[in-house]
Parts: sequence; C-alpha cells; structure tokens
Amino acid sequence: MTWNDVVFMLPEIILSIGASLLLIAPVIGWRLKEASAKWAILILLAITALSVVICSNVVEGLPQTVSYSAMFALDGFAIFFKLLFITAIAMIVLLSDDFLRESRYSAWEYYSLLGFALIGMMFMASGVHLASIYIGLELMSLSSYILTGFFKNEQKSTEAAMKYFVLGTVSSGILLYGISLIYGVTGSLNLLTIAKAMSTIITNDALMFGIMLLGAGLCFKIAAVPFHVWTPDVYEGAPTPIAAFLSTASKGAAVAIFARIFYVGLHDFQLDWSNILATISALSMILGNLAALTQDNVKRMLAYSSIGHAGYVLLGILSLNAMGLRGVLIYTLVYVFANLGIWATVLMLRRHEYAGERVDDFEGLHKRAPFWAFAMIIFLLSLGGIPPTAGFIGKYFLFAAAIQSGFGWLAIIAVLMSAVSMFFYFRIVVAMYLREGREAEVAITPALKLVAGVCLAVTLIFGILPAPLINQATESSSWVAARAAILTHAGR
Amino acid sequence: MDIGILNVVTYLPLLGAAFILFFLSDPRKIRYFATMVAAVDFGVSLFLWWYFDPTVGGDRIFQFRWTRDWIPSLGVKYDFGIDGIALLLILLTTFMGVIAIWSSFSAIDYRQKEYYVLLLLLQTGMIGTFCALDFFLFYVFWEVMLVPMYFIIGIWGGPRKLYAAIKFFLYTLAGSVLMLLSILALYFFNDGGIPFLHINGLGNGYSFSMLQYHNIGHLIPVSLQRWIFAGFFFGFAIKVPMFPFHTWLPDAHTEAPTAGSIILAAVLLKMGTYGFVRVALPILPQATLDWLPFIVGLSIVGIIYGALVTLVQKDMKKLIAYSSVSHLGFVMLGMFALNPMGIKGSVIQMINHGISTGALFLLVGIIYERRHSRMIADYGGLAKQMPMYATLFLIAALSSMGLPALNGFIGEFTILLGAANRNIWWAVFAAIGIVLGAAYLLWLYQRVFWGPLDNPANKNIRDLNRRELGLLVALVAVMVWIGIYPKPIFDLLDKPVEYVVQKVDPGYFNNLPAMHVAESK
Repeated sequence: MTWNDVVFMLPEIILSIGASLLLIAPVIGWRLKEASAKWAILILLAITALSVVICSNVVEGLPQTVSYSAMFALDGFAIFFKLLFITAIAMIVLLSDDFLRESRYSAWEYYSLLGFALIGMMFMASGVHLASIYIGLELMSLSSYILTGFFKNEQKSTEAAMKYFVLGTVSSGILLYGISLIYGVTGSLNLLTIAKAMSTIITNDALMFGIMLLGAGLCFKIAAVPFHVWTPDVYEGAPTPIAAFLSTASKGAAVAIFARIFYVGLHDFQLDWSNILATISALSMILGNLAALTQDNVKRMLAYSSIGHAGYVLLGILSLNAMGLRGVLIYTLVYVFANLGIWATVLMLRRHEYAGERVDDFEGLHKRAPFWAFAMIIFLLSLGGIPPTAGFIGKYFLFAAAIQSGFGWLAIIAVLMSAVSMFFYFRIVVAMYLREGREAEVAITPALKLVAGVCLAVTLIFGILPAPLINQATESSSWVAARAAILTHAGR
Repeated sequence: MDIGILNVVTYLPLLGAAFILFFLSDPRKIRYFATMVAAVDFGVSLFLWWYFDPTVGGDRIFQFRWTRDWIPSLGVKYDFGIDGIALLLILLTTFMGVIAIWSSFSAIDYRQKEYYVLLLLLQTGMIGTFCALDFFLFYVFWEVMLVPMYFIIGIWGGPRKLYAAIKFFLYTLAGSVLMLLSILALYFFNDGGIPFLHINGLGNGYSFSMLQYHNIGHLIPVSLQRWIFAGFFFGFAIKVPMFPFHTWLPDAHTEAPTAGSIILAAVLLKMGTYGFVRVALPILPQATLDWLPFIVGLSIVGIIYGALVTLVQKDMKKLIAYSSVSHLGFVMLGMFALNPMGIKGSVIQMINHGISTGALFLLVGIIYERRHSRMIADYGGLAKQMPMYATLFLIAALSSMGLPALNGFIGEFTILLGAANRNIWWAVFAAIGIVLGAAYLLWLYQRVFWGPLDNPANKNIRDLNRRELGLLVALVAVMVWIGIYPKPIFDLLDKPVEYVVQKVDPGYFNNLPAMHVAESK
C-alpha cells in the first residue's frame, strides 16, 4: 500500500477513527458532557468533508481514479455523493440534537452510529467492486437498524427496528445471491470486468437471474414497489430524525450504488433489465402516490411519497443515457434537501414524544411561524416538481431521460402521478393556511432554523438558477458516463 | 444597462408584493399601495402600446425582445418578446389587475396583506406567460400562476372553497404536465429524435425557442405532430375550459372571491386560448387540421351546452360562470376557422369576454357584499332601488350578449364571418348560441331588476358608491370604445394573425403572391 492508496481512502480512515473515538470516549471514563457530543461529530464531519475535497484534488493529479485492486474509485460521482451525504448527515445531527436532549439515551453512541452509517455510505459512493459496495451497504444498513430501534423503551421504535432488520437482512441475502450468480457467470466482482465479460455474452439465464436478484435487493433499499412494504411502518416507528435519515441520506446512498452498478457494470444487458425496472418504476409511482393520498400521519405520508420518488429516480436509471444519469444526481440532491426541510418543519411542531405527526398538527402554522410555513410550501412544491423550485429541474431531467430513451408511456404515468402527489402535499398546505382551527404549537430551535434555512436556500436558488447544479452534475457523472458508453452526443 | 421594458412590466407587481410583505402592515396602506402598483403597471403597459410598431411583420413581429442565456447546457434562454396578440392580452391583464385590486377594498376583510401579495404575484405570473418566447420560461410562468390562485380561492372563497381550490389546482396541473411532455417531445425532435416513435430528429441541438419551432414545425412528421398536439390540447383545453373539461370552472368561479373571479374569467381562461394561437396552431399545422373537426365539434357542443346549462342556473355567479363556457366556445370556434377573420375575431373576443364577464362578476360581487346572497330568487325589482346599478348591469349584459355598438358585437360578428367563410354550418350553430345568450342574460335581468320589489331585505339596499361607480364606468367606457372604434385593436392584430395563418395554412395567401414574398423575407 503506497501513499497514493492512502489518499484515496483518507476521508474514510479519518471518519472511522473519529467515529470509533466517539463510541469509546464515554466508556473509557472521559468525563464528557452529553451536549458536547454534537460538537464532536460536527467537527468530525467538517474535517471529513475537508479531506474529501483535498484528497479529490490530489487524486485528480494521479494517473488513475481507481485504487485498491480496482475496488475503490474517487471519481466525480463519488465526490458528489460523498459531499452530499456528509452535508445530509450534518443536518440530521442538527435535527437530532433537541430530540436526543429530551430522551435519556446516550448521544455519543447515537452520533457514532450515524458516523459509521456515513462510512458505509461513502464506501458505497466509491465502490466499483461488488464486494466493496456490499460491505458499505451492510455497514450502513446495520447502523440504521440499530438507530431505528435506538429508543429501546419505546415499543413502536423497537417494533420498527425488528421489522426493518428481518426484512433488510433477507434482502441483503437476495442481493448477495444475485452477486454470486453474476460472479459465477462473469468470473469477476469488478464492475468494469463484469461489463467487459458481458459484452461477449449474448444471453445467459443465470446471469439474467443474478441481475434480477441484485435488482430486487437494491429495490428493497430504495423502497420501490413491490419491495416497499417495510417503509411506512419503519418511518413511523423510528425516531423522527432517523426517519429523516432513512428517507434522505440512506436512500440516496442506495440510489448511488444502483446507478453505478447498472450504468457501469450491466449496461450491455439494458434491453433485458430496463423493462423490468420500468414496471417497478411505474408501480412505485402509482402505488406510492395513491397510497399517500389517504394517510393522516405525516411520517407515513412521507414514507409513501418516498416510495413514489423511488419510482421517479428509477426513470433515470432505466433510461441509461446522459440525461438520466445527470437526472439521478440532480434529483437525489434536490430530493434530499427538500425532504430534510420538511422533516425539520415536522420537528418544529414536536411538543412531546410523538406529536407533530398528524396532518392536523400543522393547522394554523402560518400564524405561529409564517416564514417556516412558507418554507414548507416551497419544499412541498419542490417534491411535487412545480417550478420555480429545484424539484422541477430534477423531474425535468428524469422525464426527459424517459422520453429520450423510448419510455414515453412511463413519462406519461410519471407526470400524471406527480399531479396526484400535489393533492396530498397540499393537504399539509391546506392545514397550514386554509383551516382556521387550532393554532399549531411550535418549538423552533436555532438548529432547526439552520437546517430549514439551508434547505430553503438550496431549493430556491437551484430552482431559479439551475445552471451551476447542472454543470456540476454533468462533470461529476463523466467518469460513469464514459464507462457506460453513453453517446457523447446526448451528453452535451 | 438595458433592463428591458417587458421585465419592468412583468416584475413590477412582484417587487410591489415584496415591498408589501416586508415593509407594510397597515391594511389601508397595503390596499392603496397595491392599487398604485397595479395602476403604474397598467401605465407601463400603455407605454408599451405607444412604442409598439404594429406594421412590422414576419419574423421580427416579436418586439421589445430581451434575450439572455439561462441554462446554456440545456439550451434554455430567458427570452421575452411580444406581438400584437400578447400586447393586447397584457393590456387586458394590467387593466383588469387594477380593477380586481380596487374592487377588493371592502370585500376582503381578513388576512389582507397575504391577499394583495398573492394578487400581485399572480399578475407577475400572468404577464410573464404572455411575454415568454421560450418554452421553458413559458412553463415556469404557467405554473407560477397556479399557486396564488389556489390560495386566493382557498383562503378568501365561499363555503366550498377547499374543494373548489384543489379541483382547480389539480385539473390545471394535470393538463400542464401533459403539456410539458409535448414540449419535451418537440425538444428532442429538434435534437436527436424520439426513439420509441422511430422518428429521427433534425439534429439542430437543444432549443426551447418558440420562434424556432414556429419555423421548423411543419417539418415534424404528422404522426408525431398529432401526439404533441394531444399534449398541448390537454394543457390548453382544460384552461380554456372546453367542454368536457369545464367542470372545474363553475366551482372555482362560484367559490372564488369577486376579484379572484374577475382575474380568473378575464385573464386565466385566456391562457388556454392564447396557448392555442401561440403554440399549437403555428407549430403543428398538420395536426391542427387533423384535430380540427374534433375541436370544432367540442366548441359547438360547448357553445350550445354551455348556454343551455346557463339558462337553468339559480345562482347568479354560477350563471355567469357557465356563460363563460359558451363564450369561450366562440373563441375556439373562431380560432379554428383558421382564416385571418376568424382568428382576429377570436382574439378580440378574448378581450371582450375579459371585460364583459369581468364586469358581470364585479356587479354580482357588489350585490353579494350588500345582501350576502347570489340566488336570483332572492331578488326582483332592484331597478327601482338601485337605478345606477341596474343601468350598468344592463350595459354589461348587453355587451356580453353582443349588442351592436358594444364590444361583444365586434368580436362575435368577426368570428361569425370567419366561421361562415370556412363552413356555413359552424356559423349557424354559433348563431344559435348567440340567441340563447340573449335569452339567459335578458331573463336574468328580468328576474333580478324588474317586477315588484317584494323581498323586504332588498328595501334598504344601497346603490353604488363612488369607488364602485368608478370601476364600472371604466369598464363600460372600454366596452363602448371597442364597440364603436375597434380600429386600433384590429391594427394591432393584422400582422400577428397573418403570421399565424401563414404558419398554419400556408396555402391561404397563395392568391396574394406579392404579400407572400414580402412576408417570407
């Protein structure tokens, strides 16, 4: 292992050491206040983000972007997602602060688990080898099972964790079986080698079966129909900041590996898998959005809406073109910020353990917190894809990708379902502005304000001036796009 | 630095809204400030008219162009420019904006700040839609209009406001997302083609420029044109609204506050017809011809069905709402005659409908404020109690039914000429609509204003106050002006209509070779 190899993984190394220290610090008897845990993890995240930036600049000067026996890449795609995940985790830390203070559980453990989940996600963003991707995925998943059940005295939380764990491990098993079949046929776990081997294969049932199992496992992680059943229960039961984590960062990481595996490794078999993914995508959009219509619990509504959004993201993956790849990057970013903004607003409404969860709890919010009610409208419009918010830019890319790659029918379903989605998003708006009922009780802390403010700024700025975001996405996806042999014509 | 006068007219209301939001809190000041902003904006649009050159034709027909790169990697430009049609609609928007805001002084008595902010925001959305010459920009403004109107209906509306507001929102949104797909299809056709229809593109690269599509539209294969037209059709037809997509309209109109109804009738409905004349006709000529029988059929059904349903309404506001379905049927019929006369009549009728129906909604709003009832049965004999009100109502009703010397006549007559030119039967059906129109309006007038004043609650009803009188006199003045001297408007329409006809039916001018050559330069 040379110095160059260390550079590739330096951010992960720093984060691993830091997260381990967070875990053992209270155990080995250092006298630490609970309140300082937040600062420790935030500083750690800042250092990690800084090291990502520095290392990526160093790697740019190196001849290759892939290291560790071709397992680990530090290309634009990886950097984009790593920085996005670090930001998202930092915001989730801010969301968790107040929540943890009221509970009696150790903040140090909680934050170190978030740190470990982040390490897993960063591995996923960089993985170009099914083994490294799988390890990252498992690290993230195991941490999130524990975090879901972190409030161990709450029955709902424990139940959600149990459901999530059992279904999650089964899906990991399916994923692993798919990987083993692909290995059996192609003789490699490296995505580039798999792609090379595939180009000589015309058809192979075992390989097709492997791809399907792999896809099923990934669909579970992004909560696409019919592998979505766990989502509403887990979101509802999990502590609210963890539900925010599951619906944004964790989902974003799964989307990243989904795109990387299918674009880089499996692009030759597109004709075989794109129709299956199209069906899954259509089902997710239809079922997710229709089921969300009748939910009275905001957490469940967001869970179903996130199922719908998984369907939208799949549009970008199955279309396998430059538009779609950029769409995946842009949409994930836009979705993470809009969703975190919504979760921040939900947390503002929290008065005691489980309030702020029903749609009714938003009643009269515009009187108590006019600015945050307005911010909430912007987030909801962004999720619905209405200009001039950033969500429109994301959806624009995904719909365009679908049309460009020949899935016109899917694009029609997608746009109609996004009209349907506005109906349930606007139920919250109706509660906030149009019902003269009770007045929402709010507890707005500076941390929540910061998160919602950042999300609002990102959503509005990239909605009105999307050019920088689009250019960044084009640049960041170039490595993957080149490996996926996407026509350069469409990449303009 | 050239900031562009169209940017001024578009964003002035937005700036006004921001100022109200951050600096004003006294409802009285907010009201006067909002009216002032709207009035200044109307002044700026008059200024536009003054400097607009109606004699320029061909590709330079879009004036006051202001173009900047917006998202270069997608070929999205920030492109503003107006022709005579857009200019007229902008004038209508800013004028009715003043009327709507001024008319709200006594009607809106809670959450006033939000109300005026939303109305001004809506103005920006509407004017921007008329100015946009880039599809991306057009779509953005198109959607920006939705949210303020949703809130105006939803917060200040009648008893069933929530239902009406979300119905309005979802109908329009469903149409507009389908329109987005059509825009994307055009976009890809211009670039590399659309694989699933096995259509090769032109390879022109990415562009959203409407003007470019005006020029290449006829190159699009007919099968694709039909699909693209279908998407635009849903987007625009729901907004117009054409039968059978009209069901959101009576609900939205009935529940909206008076100013909301005025804006909705006067401007928002025109978005659909404007979309047809700006986008669907010039870009998709062949598909327009293919869809023509269907659209004309729906328009005629709309005219007759709308008028018949109007006849049996018991609620005055609902009555006027349904009459819009019938009137907009006329507009569509004239437009799809596809000859200069029909399209001119169609555009003039858009303006007329805005003024007349806006005035009628205002009149109903005035009496509703006094009596809190819109049911025709509650009234009778009002002419004795409110002579001024009765006179102005009569003028507005006569204008709406198309009496000569008032504006409605000019529009309907021109449309009939255009339609008869195409097919005499269209004109016959349209004429039936006119007769029915006279029937429902006169019958309404008879029941409300004549007869004995037997409802004791109406005995003490006040006649118009000075503000209301001012509003109505302004509207009536415009009606009379258009009715007697419509030449300035026809002048504005000459070249744009010629431009549209040239795109949609190039053969039409073949018997005028000299003109044709001059145009193609």
